[in-house]
Amino acid sequence: MPMTMSEKILAAHCDRSHVKPGDLIEARLDFVFANDITAPMSIRVFKDAGGERVFDPQRVAMIPDHFVPNKDIPSAMQAKELRDFALAQKLPHYFEVGRMGIEHVLLPEQGLVLPGDVIIGADSHTCTYGALGAFATGVGSTDLGAALVTGKTWFRVPESMRFVYRGKRGAWIGGKDLILYTIGRIGVDGARYKAMEFTGPVIDRLPMSDRFTMSNMAIEAGAKVGLIAPDAITEAYVKSRAKRLYTFYRPDPDAAYEAVHEWDISGLEPQVACPHLPENVRGVSELRDIRIDQTVIGSCTNGRIEDLRIAASLLKGRKVAPHVRCIVIPGTPDVCRQALAEGLYQTFMDAEAVISTPSCGPCLGGYMGILAAGERAVSTTNRNFVGRMGHVQSEVYLASPAVAAASAVAGRIAHPDDVSSI
Amino acid sequence: MSIRGKIWKFGNDVDTDVIIPARYLNTSDPKELAHHCMEDADPDFTRKIRPGDVILAGKNFGCGSSREHAPIAIKGARVALVIAESFARIFYRNAFNIGLPILESAQAAAEIREGDDVEVDIETGVIVDHTTQKRYQAKPIPPFMRELLTAGGLVPYVRRQRQRAGGR
Ligand code: SF4
Repeated sequence: MPMTMSEKILAAHCDRSHVKPGDLIEARLDFVFANDITAPMSIRVFKDAGGERVFDPQRVAMIPDHFVPNKDIPSAMQAKELRDFALAQKLPHYFEVGRMGIEHVLLPEQGLVLPGDVIIGADSHTCTYGALGAFATGVGSTDLGAALVTGKTWFRVPESMRFVYRGKRGAWIGGKDLILYTIGRIGVDGARYKAMEFTGPVIDRLPMSDRFTMSNMAIEAGAKVGLIAPDAITEAYVKSRAKRLYTFYRPDPDAAYEAVHEWDISGLEPQVACPHLPENVRGVSELRDIRIDQTVIGSCTNGRIEDLRIAASLLKGRKVAPHVRCIVIPGTPDVCRQALAEGLYQTFMDAEAVISTPSCGPCLGGYMGILAAGERAVSTTNRNFVGRMGHVQSEVYLASPAVAAASAVAGRIAHPDDVSSI
Repeated sequence: MSIRGKIWKFGNDVDTDVIIPARYLNTSDPKELAHHCMEDADPDFTRKIRPGDVILAGKNFGCGSSREHAPIAIKGARVALVIAESFARIFYRNAFNIGLPILESAQAAAEIREGDDVEVDIETGVIVDHTTQKRYQAKPIPPFMRELLTAGGLVPYVRRQRQRAGGR
């Protein structure tokens, strides 16, 4: 019986030769984690459910990344709860400030989440690791707390949808544009409860960082997971990082998909999601008159070194427009080190951008870049809901690092070509 | 389990940032969270509702983040039930895990109006609108989810399973 990627991975984790959409299964978990917002509740659930020792300390991570370095006293209390738990449980993968990065940039970078894994995280963007060929999905604190006890969780096997990208990827087109285009086409619930599989010649040549960006935003189409079949690019990424053994699962060629979308992306221009839903996607050239107050370059979607390189290439030798605040947030300490070594910090400083320590920061309206009423941001993050980055009357436009950097210079939403030709 | 209350109606794609904005996520105290429930969609929401009232919404209710704070805020505000055309996946799971009843019915979501007086049998999924005298049948709750609700959520469910395993 042919199976999709999700079906294969899930079958292997419940010791069955075969599973099909709709089956309710209990799967073994290879890795589980929570952050400073979700962990405190998970820890309480863990204790309530009678947990004494986590199922396997090697397979658990606690990552304070949302409001850390602590933005206020209540956040400090939350971070402390997580730290105390990690110490008491002797968790090797607790990441203190200085070693901490945004969870979905950090865990793959550290080789803790791997191809073929089944992973749950108490954070919706856990689907990021689908880019490695892992069945990874976000859950709430209760599911996570229970999983800390048992090392297992239940799933309904999802139907799979296949997305095939063909054609020639243009100069400024990256994973962000491909996924925004996809969400624009199918809508914010276009893949609700489903597994998305991203494939085709464009994906075959897509670098790992762009793949992470695509899988990261599968949840913005309502999906449970967003998978990319592992290949030589995946192997090159995980080989030197992996802290455990891993397995490549590829879909069977005759597997059954609920839907197949096939798109030629030749000539696609950079994509922007307008307020207040990630599905309000337009080509950047339609939005050129929109004046902005802030740009944010970072997050679990676009906080990798490749993203910073693109932003720096556009900011080099230029200045952020006088009325704009350009906030750059490297995803992890390793990204910081690399950016420093490559001179990107100098480029950003010379352009009069500001560089933050790794954190979610303004992405969810936490801190370090909250918008006032009437303000507008171009952001490389993943959500532009009402009030997401601050005041309910502020606006967020989602775009790639190239568009965000170009917009910072232009002071309005800009095509990267508008700036690079100046 | 039967519920009777007034309808508070919202649109499509109500996201978790609207249900409980991230600026309040530096606590997980249900009372504190409940205080800000739906604040960005309707600043007076928590002052207007009465215990036992029902939220009615369109498609994809609860989309966005995995924050369990969202169903907790709704439950904490003493909303008895959410009816929607459809729910986002993580919200759906979280609601059952913490014991917030939710039902799916496209017809009810489209036809029932704000302020209507409804009576709902959670087990059978029968919704009666006393204002219009209309009846709706929601999608049945899957058997496993019903087990969770009967147990009182995932925590008591896991505890019970562990006791059983230990007793063997
Ligand atoms: S960067 Fe934004 S979307 Fe990513 S984990 Fe942090 S808050 Fe969530």
